[in-house]
Amino acid sequence: MDILISTYKAVREEDVNVWFKAAPTEAFPKDGGACVKYKTLQIAVYNFDRLGKWYACQNLSPEKQEMVLSRGMIGDHNGIPMVACPLHKKTFSLETGDNLNGELPAIAIYPVKIQNGFVYIGFEA
Amino acid sequence: MGLEAGKAVLDMGLEPHVVEFAPKLMPRQLDARSSKVLQLKLESMGIHVHLNKATNQILGDTAITGMEFGEEDILDVDMLIISAGIRPRDELGNNCGLALGNRGGIVVNNKMQTSDPNIYAIGEVALYNQMIYGLVAPGYEMAAVAADQIIGAKNTVMAAEIDMSTKLKLIGVDVASFGTPYMPAEDGLSILFENKTKFTYKRINVSHDGKTLLGGILVGDAEDYNILHQMYLNGMALPENAEELIVGTKGEGAAFGSAMDLPDTAQICSCESVSKGQICEAIDSGGAQDLAAVVSCTKAGTGCGGCKPMLKKITEATLQSLGIEVKDHICEHFNYNRQELYDIIKVKGYQTFNQVLDSHGNGGHGCEICKPVVASLMATIHADTANKEYAIQDSNDRFLANIQRNGTYSIVPRVPGGEITPDKLIALGEIAKKYDLYTKITGGVRIDLFGATLKQLPLVWKELIAHGFESGHAYGKSLRTVKTCVGSTWCRYGMDESVSFGIELENRYRGIRAPHKIKGGVSGCIRECAEARGKDFGLIAVEGGWNLYVGGNGGANPRHAQLLAEQIDNASVIQYIDRFLMFYMRTAKPLQRTAAWLESLDGGLDYLKEVIIGDTLGIAQELENEMQTLVNRYECEWTQAVNSPEMMKRFNHFVNSEEEDDNLVFVPMREQKMPKQWEKVL
Repeated sequence: MDILISTYKAVREEDVNVWFKAAPTEAFPKDGGACVKYKTLQIAVYNFDRLGKWYACQNLSPEKQEMVLSRGMIGDHNGIPMVACPLHKKTFSLETGDNLNGELPAIAIYPVKIQNGFVYIGFEA
Repeated sequence: MGLEAGKAVLDMGLEPHVVEFAPKLMPRQLDARSSKVLQLKLESMGIHVHLNKATNQILGDTAITGMEFGEEDILDVDMLIISAGIRPRDELGNNCGLALGNRGGIVVNNKMQTSDPNIYAIGEVALYNQMIYGLVAPGYEMAAVAADQIIGAKNTVMAAEIDMSTKLKLIGVDVASFGTPYMPAEDGLSILFENKTKFTYKRINVSHDGKTLLGGILVGDAEDYNILHQMYLNGMALPENAEELIVGTKGEGAAFGSAMDLPDTAQICSCESVSKGQICEAIDSGGAQDLAAVVSCTKAGTGCGGCKPMLKKITEATLQSLGIEVKDHICEHFNYNRQELYDIIKVKGYQTFNQVLDSHGNGGHGCEICKPVVASLMATIHADTANKEYAIQDSNDRFLANIQRNGTYSIVPRVPGGEITPDKLIALGEIAKKYDLYTKITGGVRIDLFGATLKQLPLVWKELIAHGFESGHAYGKSLRTVKTCVGSTWCRYGMDESVSFGIELENRYRGIRAPHKIKGGVSGCIRECAEARGKDFGLIAVEGGWNLYVGGNGGANPRHAQLLAEQIDNASVIQYIDRFLMFYMRTAKPLQRTAAWLESLDGGLDYLKEVIIGDTLGIAQELENEMQTLVNRYECEWTQAVNSPEMMKRFNHFVNSEEEDDNLVFVPMREQKMPKQWEKVL
């Protein structure tokens, strides 16, 4: 399990070497998320339409190690954009990955860009 | 206890007679008039009361046939229950050679010490002031004294006179007495209120100068017991017209003033010995901002719960004095509670979450709390299914299935009333086998198929729908099942067709969305095999119709449903349940079951009866119409989903791959499968 969680490392935009073309923007519900496969990774991508922003993070819930975060509801708490895990409603900041209502380890956040109607996710390799 | 036993006998369908040695009921607590009021109430329920009776002889040779009080005074009975009061279990003390009272009980002094200074006794075994105290409050006080004495706080001693004030619910009748319940006129004057038509009696005793409350009695309505008791304990000044304390004021405002007039030392919760000052301090210090927080900080109200009404008043008044508005906003995004949002959405006709949030929100973007609340309200108001705006649905509703601990889902097709044909049963088995799903009968007597991936959900459902199944809404805050017993179609005891009616009710209310899940039950006779009284609405067939119960549930706090109406026909049952459910759906808080809602309803069951049966709010027709609209517009949301290529898109694990989640691991278990156990996360 530790191996699985250690495969998810946050990526800063300036470190991106690969912009992976994931799917057309329509594949993602407005103000909701869906899951993208990149190599062996599962990445949750959210179309935060109310903010006009896109976010990406690991699909793996750090609480119980299940691939479910893309199915969580998004919104904000005290102005921080967040996703709530569908299993036990643990909330994570979509900006920093921090767990907002507990002591769980932060989730990995990935850069997202939109080009010609497609969603791209940034990876180091 | 004797009176409770009488009621139990009555409930068994027998004819109880209560025989009392004293000239009145509850001689210690009640005066002659209040005792008479209580007696009338008991007699109106069918309990016969015999006072001033000393039993000379119990008649019968091999079995009891009667009781003899005097030569000509005989009562024929078939069964005798003896209520013996409290008898101290002092055998241990006796064996140890401790001093005992003449009629038992271990003698203690005001330090709770027995005749051996190293041994303490408290509670119903302790004989203090030549008395055994069978009440819980003195027991708590004795415990506190003994504990303090043992740890060396020698100044704590028992008061010379123990406050015997008590409030109890006797066979559903409130009976309370406090201070000196009755007294000769030279000790004080009394103010009486009596209404035998409503079996109500109130008496307060005041000092000759009219300034001090000395005690009193409440029968039939003891709502004001807490505040009167506190006024007595704290020697608080009486209002100018002391009678207003029991008959209410003519004009505005309450006779009591505010609970805030109590001194800080006033003990509000006697179980946890929490004073008014401690409650206010918990709030003033900024630690507690609402009632739940006050309870968790101070533990007040966690014992018998009798102080809760007063605790609530003090908490709210203190919050208000600090300028904190007491509101039950659903979350940080709306300054409204659920009922207010219901009205807003209905009046404005909003169709989407964003419309509601943009016009009435606080400028945020919603969250996992308000989104499902608005989704549920939309469903109640517009008869929407969960397919309409799926991104605001709780994740179970979003995928129309119950998420399980490894992220796969379980599937529960509707089996109305639990009736299923062999062919359908075989179809379920074959579909489960084909997709390798773990199969189990649910607590709601349906069949649950576990372990389906997102991708499999619509595939399984296409096959289920082809075999005539529809969504069971096991994933929604909506009607789950109406559980039924076999009923008169097969059962030799059945009084009515519980299965037929259960199916009709389940099909009527299927798909409606509510603040929380709703369960129903229909039993064909009082043996109650369907456990209908453990449901949000439950029916039991009796001679002449159905008894309708509401507000029951299992779960963490099991509640028996309460009787709303008796011996009503099928049409009235539907009419009342329509009104009941719709009233609940309009006014309950998010995630509040009917039991908790009914408990929090001002006026409780009586008020509910007025609204549902008496239509005192004049909304009964409206409630029925709204429910009928929901019933007419019902659509199976799984049929909707599998017939729409657009809706089907959401049932893929990846948006850019047809693959399944490769993180899923199942292990075998009893010829089926289960998800691999969660490992400890470091």
